[in-house]
Amino acid sequence: MDHHYILRIISKMLIPPIMLYAFYVQFHGDFGPGGGFQAGVIFAVAFILYALVYGVEKLRKVLPPLIVRAGMALGVLLYAGTGAYSLFKGYNFLDYAALAEPGHAKAGQHLGILLVEAGVGLTVASVMIAIFLAFASRAPQIKDTDW
Amino acid sequence: MILRDLFAVVMLSGVFSLLSAALFVAMDAVDVAFTEAAVGAGISTVLMLGTMALTSRQEKPPTHSRALPLLVAFITGAALLYGTADLPPFGAPDTPIQMHVAPEYIARTPTEIGVPNIVTAVLASYRGFDTLGETAVVFIAGIAVIFLLHQSSRRRRDDENDEEEV
Repeated sequence: MDHHYILRIISKMLIPPIMLYAFYVQFHGDFGPGGGFQAGVIFAVAFILYALVYGVEKLRKVLPPLIVRAGMALGVLLYAGTGAYSLFKGYNFLDYAALAEPGHAKAGQHLGILLVEAGVGLTVASVMIAIFLAFASRAPQIKDTDW
Repeated sequence: MILRDLFAVVMLSGVFSLLSAALFVAMDAVDVAFTEAAVGAGISTVLMLGTMALTSRQEKPPTHSRALPLLVAFITGAALLYGTADLPPFGAPDTPIQMHVAPEYIARTPTEIGVPNIVTAVLASYRGFDTLGETAVVFIAGIAVIFLLHQSSRRRRDDENDEEEV
């Protein structure tokens, strides 16, 4: 890919807006279309695009596979932990009213949705990157002429 | 049209996904359309290309007759078309799916949850258990793929050494 200047420069310019858009989709999911699943995929796409253009080894340096795997588990942990927290506060599992003062159920719901969506986004993004890494690490380097 | 070049097949399936996303937008299901465009047209295409890099770029010519798969596809398609004849018109408000719990969600979301996107309220709050399960499924799928395809960095280095020796 070294000689594809246009591809390299355009994708370098595109990666930050893609990440920013992922965060917009993540945190604007309460108000418009979107949420953790879509945001996670979009965030993963930024890293996958980087790996496609600059190579998998560079991605490993930017984002060590250990961090990706930790992210997979941490997302589920954040989601389930939110539920467990409400259990310990004496509410039902995943009852977000537990996250706010009594009588402020709506604030609790907002916080709860934010937390579980963050968990979903983290897990989805990490899993997508991990799956891509698992596939791409096995493939031999592909030459342009092979396609 | 018979296509044996799998690269073209993968690209066509990506185009199909993008068109389905457009269809979902036309049917006012923007959240679903979003997912379809990101997952179906984006990630799936990349993963299928990655799979192709590991396997083959050309489909093998079939060794048996193509009549039976064609028949199965035809019968399934006919059954589905026959089934759609019984569906209520698109967007009809008095169908069972619209009368069951949907009015409850719509009525209670502004007072109980207070988020404008009812889809998010249902997904993350009313049906939080489902979504926890879905997240766990994604997590398990990731673990399964890592178990199946992962190569440790030591193994990879050994492979490179082998190549150099050869």
